[in-house]
Amino acid sequence: MAIAGVAAILGLIACSPSRPVRQGSLVKEDSQRKHAPDFALKDANGKLVHLADYKGKVVVLDFWATWCGPCVVEIPWFTEFQRKYKDRGFEVVGVSMDDEGWKAITPFVERRKINYRVLLGDDKTGDQYGGLEALPTTFLIDRSGRIASVHVGLSGKKEFEDAIEELLEAPAGPAGDTSVSANGADAHRGTGAHS
Amino acid sequence: MAPTLTVAPVPTVKAHKGATAVVTFKAVLPPGYHANSNTPTDAYLIPLTLKWTGGPLQADGITYPKPSQEKYSFSEKPLSVVTGEFSISTKFKVPADAPTGASAQNGTLRYQACNDRMCFAPKTVPVSLSLDIE
Repeated sequence: MAIAGVAAILGLIACSPSRPVRQGSLVKEDSQRKHAPDFALKDANGKLVHLADYKGKVVVLDFWATWCGPCVVEIPWFTEFQRKYKDRGFEVVGVSMDDEGWKAITPFVERRKINYRVLLGDDKTGDQYGGLEALPTTFLIDRSGRIASVHVGLSGKKEFEDAIEELLEAPAGPAGDTSVSANGADAHRGTGAHS
Repeated sequence: MAPTLTVAPVPTVKAHKGATAVVTFKAVLPPGYHANSNTPTDAYLIPLTLKWTGGPLQADGITYPKPSQEKYSFSEKPLSVVTGEFSISTKFKVPADAPTGASAQNGTLRYQACNDRMCFAPKTVPVSLSLDIE
């Protein structure tokens, strides 16, 4: 009975007009993705950076802080992903939520040899992305600028990498909804889980 | 949901002009969360910090809770943290010219909490003591 139910659900998924995601994938189906809010934040050189600058690329948008231990665990992964996937249309963008600003961020970036762009976040951007009550909060954004998954808390390296590979292999989809829910874009919380 | 550190109310402090007074208050973090101690193991971590910002008394030393060394999934080494219920004591000098009668001593307690998988923005909570100066 249960197997028949699961089979029926899988059948429905298979018949869905949306491009199916990989089995066991943490990436949302096309139809479930919402547009990532654009932002204008400065990098260490004072250059204003918009999310729209990354149009056509798969983006890992990582909200973090120097005082956040779980964030620090993920940084070497993102550095590796940046090196490994950059040539395939991929970028990591780190948004630091440090109140002390570049005084805290710059030496940290140098010490950790971070090879991707880091921006200084603000409350407005945090609110746009659901409030960011906990860090790290990481958004995987597809080539069409839509949020494909949200990771709140320390996540798994393989989970990130599988999702990135899947997004890199997929063609750009249709434009999505232009809003993000106020609770962090339907993120799963507390277990480093995803949505 | 970000954890809230709760500071227990302290009974009115009776203080004598020209003397000293030691005041201890308790604070509680919800189970499953920790805050960095006043002496965290890494310079980037935000320490537990009590500041007395206003009132007739002069702070003359703060005794923070003894930290515990805890290992978390995100840390290679144990971290110096406080958990659950803990106490912070302050030794105050009562100036000879302090105003007689009721008054208040105000301060702030800053902390930054995490659990095993995520961290929360630093918070500052008010701390207030009711005084009866004789």
